[in-house]
Amino acid sequence: MKTIDFSSSSSPSDRRIGALLRHLTSGADSPIAKSSVLASPTSGVTGGSVFAHLVQAPEDPILGVTVAYNKDPSPIKLNLGVGAYRTEEGKPLVLNVVRKAEQQLINDRSRIKEYLPIVGLVEFNKLSAKLILGDDSPAIRENRVTTVECLSGTGSLRVGGEFLAKHYHQKTIYITQPTWGNHPKIFTLAGLTVKTYRYYDPSTRGLNFQGLLEDLGAAPPGSIVLLHACAHNPTGVDPTIQQWEQIRKLMRSKGLMPFFDSAYQGFASGSLDTDAKPIRMFVADGGECLVAQSYAKNMGLYGERVGALSIVCKSADVAGKVESQLKLVIRPMYSSPPIHGASIVAVILRDKNLFHEWTLELKAMADRIISMRKQLFEALRARGTPGDWTHIIKQIGMFTFTGLNPAQVSFMTKEYHIYMTSDGRISMAGLSSKTVPHLADAIHAVVTKAV
Amino acid sequence: MAMAMAIRNAASRRTMSPISGEFGLRSMSSWWKSVEPAPKDPILGVTEAFLADPSPEKVNVGVGAYRDDNGKPVVLECVREAERRIAGTSFMEYLPMGGSAKMVEETLKLAYGDDSEFIKDKKIAAVQALSGTGACRLFADFQKRFCPGSQIYIPVPTWSNHHNIWRDAQVPQKTYHYYHPETKGLNFSGLMDDVKNAPEGSFFLLHACAHNPTGVDPTEEQWREISQLFKAKNHFPFFDMAYQGFASGDPARDAKSIRIFLEDGHHIGISQSYAKNMGLYGQRVGCLSVLCEDEKQAVAVKSQLQQLARPMYSNPPLHGAQIVSTILGDPQLKSLWLKEVKIMADRIIGMRTTLRESLEKLGSPLSWEHVTKQIGMFCYSGLTPEQVDRLTSQYHIYMTRNGRISMAGVTTGNVGYLANAIHEVSKSS
Repeated sequence: MKTIDFSSSSSPSDRRIGALLRHLTSGADSPIAKSSVLASPTSGVTGGSVFAHLVQAPEDPILGVTVAYNKDPSPIKLNLGVGAYRTEEGKPLVLNVVRKAEQQLINDRSRIKEYLPIVGLVEFNKLSAKLILGDDSPAIRENRVTTVECLSGTGSLRVGGEFLAKHYHQKTIYITQPTWGNHPKIFTLAGLTVKTYRYYDPSTRGLNFQGLLEDLGAAPPGSIVLLHACAHNPTGVDPTIQQWEQIRKLMRSKGLMPFFDSAYQGFASGSLDTDAKPIRMFVADGGECLVAQSYAKNMGLYGERVGALSIVCKSADVAGKVESQLKLVIRPMYSSPPIHGASIVAVILRDKNLFHEWTLELKAMADRIISMRKQLFEALRARGTPGDWTHIIKQIGMFTFTGLNPAQVSFMTKEYHIYMTSDGRISMAGLSSKTVPHLADAIHAVVTKAV
Repeated sequence: MAMAMAIRNAASRRTMSPISGEFGLRSMSSWWKSVEPAPKDPILGVTEAFLADPSPEKVNVGVGAYRDDNGKPVVLECVREAERRIAGTSFMEYLPMGGSAKMVEETLKLAYGDDSEFIKDKKIAAVQALSGTGACRLFADFQKRFCPGSQIYIPVPTWSNHHNIWRDAQVPQKTYHYYHPETKGLNFSGLMDDVKNAPEGSFFLLHACAHNPTGVDPTEEQWREISQLFKAKNHFPFFDMAYQGFASGDPARDAKSIRIFLEDGHHIGISQSYAKNMGLYGQRVGCLSVLCEDEKQAVAVKSQLQQLARPMYSNPPLHGAQIVSTILGDPQLKSLWLKEVKIMADRIIGMRTTLRESLEKLGSPLSWEHVTKQIGMFCYSGLTPEQVDRLTSQYHIYMTRNGRISMAGVTTGNVGYLANAIHEVSKSS
C-alpha cells in the first residue's frame, strides 16, 4: 500500500479522503481506521440496497383486473372489473356539469392554487355535509358536524380510521362479510383491529339479516361498525328501510359506533335523498356517527380523488375539538387535500341550475345500469340458463354478485375474455346492450358445462 | 289523579324522543368527551392568525408560499397554459396506484438527470405522491414495514412536519446537528460527528437544497465529504427536495447534492415536490423515488410502495399530474417554466440583499450577513420567540416563532417596514 499524505495533496479527492480519515480515525480504536480505505478509490456502485430482501407484492385484486384486461390482445374483451361507469358505447363519461364547472374555473383568472387549509375547501365541506345529511339537518344547524375534505372514499375512511384508533376507546371495527377488498387494509393500517359480521347469504343471494343482527348483538359495546350506506359493494344487497331501523335500534342500544361508507349516493336508486336515508335515520336520533363520502362515481370525478369525512358529534364544542384532532391526522399524511376536484364539486353544488342538471345526469346513469340489469336477466332467461337469476334485478347499484366461483370466473376470463374480480362481482356499469349477449353466453356456458 | 299524572308524564317522555324511546340512546354524553383540543399547527396556524388580523399594515412572512412583488400569489403562465390545454379534453379516470407514469418519468429526469443511466436501466422505483408530505410519509411507512428496526436521523432544526410524519409512521427518531446558531451557518463538524457516531446503516433525512427553515446548505465540498462518510458508514440517504430551482434559480445546480451521492454509488431515496417550483401548492403533486440495485428490485419496491398507497388514498389525484406532464413534456412550456422559476428565485435573492442593506442602514448592532448567505425561500433570522411575539403584537408581522422569515413574502413595498420592525425589537440585544 502506497503511503500518501492526503491532507496536503493538490488533488481535491485526496483532500476529501484526508478529511474523511480525520473524522474516522479521531477515535483511536476505530475499526475503520484500520481498514483499507486508504487504498481504494471511492467511486462506482458499491454496497447493496437495504431493500434487497423485498419480494414483489401481488397485484391489487381489483385494480389488477384492469391491468390484466389491458394486457389481453383479444379484440372481443369485456372489462367488468373496477367500478367505473361506462356509457352505452363503452366509453368513460365526464358529466356535462363537470365540464361546465371546469370551464368556469378556467375562466376565472382570479383563481389561485395556494394550499387549502388542512381541512380542505371549506365551502365544499359545508355543501358535502348538506348533501349527505340533508339541507335541513338539525345536526348541521346545531354546528355539531365537522367535515373535512379527504381523498375520495379511501382517504375519508383512512383518516376516520386513524382518528378512531387515536381517540376512540374501542379499537375494533366490524366490516361486512364480504366487503370491498380495500376496507380491511385501510382499517388495519389505520391501527384498528378488523373483525367481520355476517351480511351476504349465498343461498338466497340476499341479506343474511338474522346473522347480521346476531353478530352485531354479540359485538362488545362501543365497537365500531362499518355500514354501506347504499348499493353494497360487492354484493349490491341493501337492507330495507325497516331492516335499517332495526339495525339502528340495536346499534344504539349497544352503543355501537356507526361508520358509514357512502360511495354511491344517487347512483343506487337515482335519488340522492333516498340513497342517504339510512344515514339520516341514524343522525335523526341525535346520536353520533362517522360518514365517508365519495364523489368518484356519482360525479364521475374518479381520478381527482374528491371526498369528505363527516363526524356528527353531540355538541358544537366537541365537534370543534374533533376537527382540531382530525387536522393532526391529516397533516403528517399529506398536509392538505387537493384543490381541483373539490372546486369542481363546490361549483356544481352551490349553483341551483348545475345541481339540478347533475341530478338528471345522475339519474340517467342509474337508469342505464338498472336497464342493464333487466337486459342481462332477460338474456339469461331467454337462454334458459339454469338457476335463479332474479338477484341480478334485485341487487342495487353498480355491482352484481353473480354467485360464480373463482374457477368459473377463471373460465370466463380464459374462454370469453371477460374480466371480473375473482369473487364473481361484475360491474354493471361496464355493460352495454351490445355486450350483454356476450356476457349471457359466457355465464350460460360456464353454468352448463360439465365440471 | 296520581295515575293520570304518571301517564301524562310517561307520555310526554315518550314524545320528547320518539325514535329513541323504546331502545333508548346509550347515554347522553359524547364519545369524544375526552378529546383534547389539538394545538394549532405551528406553521399553518400563523396564516390563520394573519388572516384574522384586521390591521392594514399586517405582513405575512409565515408560510412558504411564493408571492410576487405586490404580495400576491402567483400562478405561473406555463401552468395557466397547461390548464387551458387540459380543460375539457380528458377523462377523469383513476390513475394507476403509482400515479401518472409520464409525470413520474419527467420528474425523475429533474432529480437524476435527463440522461441518467439509472432511468435508462429502470433501476428507480418511483410513484406519484401527494406532494412532498405524501412522498415523505410513503417512504416513512415503507421504511417501517421493510426495515422495522430502523430509525430516522433528522436535522436540527427541520420543517416541523418531518417529526409528525415519521412519528405517525411509528419510526423512532433521532436528531443530528445541523444549524450553528453562533455563526447562523452550518455546524459541519457537529454534523459529521453525528453521522460518524450513528450506528452503521442508519437512515438520514437530508435537505437536498434550500434547507427549511434555516436556508443554510452545505457547500459542494462539504456535500462530498458527507457522501464519503455516508459510504464508510453504509447509511441510507433520504433526500427531501422541495425547492429544486428555487434555491439558485437553476434546477440542475440545486440537485447537485443528489448528483454527488449518485456518483458515489449510494442507493438513495428522494421526495420531490412541485408545490413551490411550479406553484402547484394546492394540487398536491410530487414524487417518491427509491434507487435500487436492478430493475427487478425496482419493480418489487414499486409494487410495495403501491401497497402502502392503496389503503391511504387508492391512487393519486389526476389534475396536478396532468399539469406537470403537459409542461415538462413540451419543450417550449418547459423552457417557459425554467424562466419563471428563475424569476421567482431572483426576486427572492434580490429581497435578501435589500433586507440586509436596510438593516445595516438602520445601524443595527447585529450582523445580518446570514440574510444573504442563506439560500432559498427562508431566512433564519436569529430572532428569539419573544422578539417574534413582539413583531406580531406591535407590528402585525407574522412569522413562525423560530424566527423563520419567508423571504417570498417580502416585497419592495414591505421590506422597509419589516427591516424597521426587526431593528426595533432586536437593537438592544
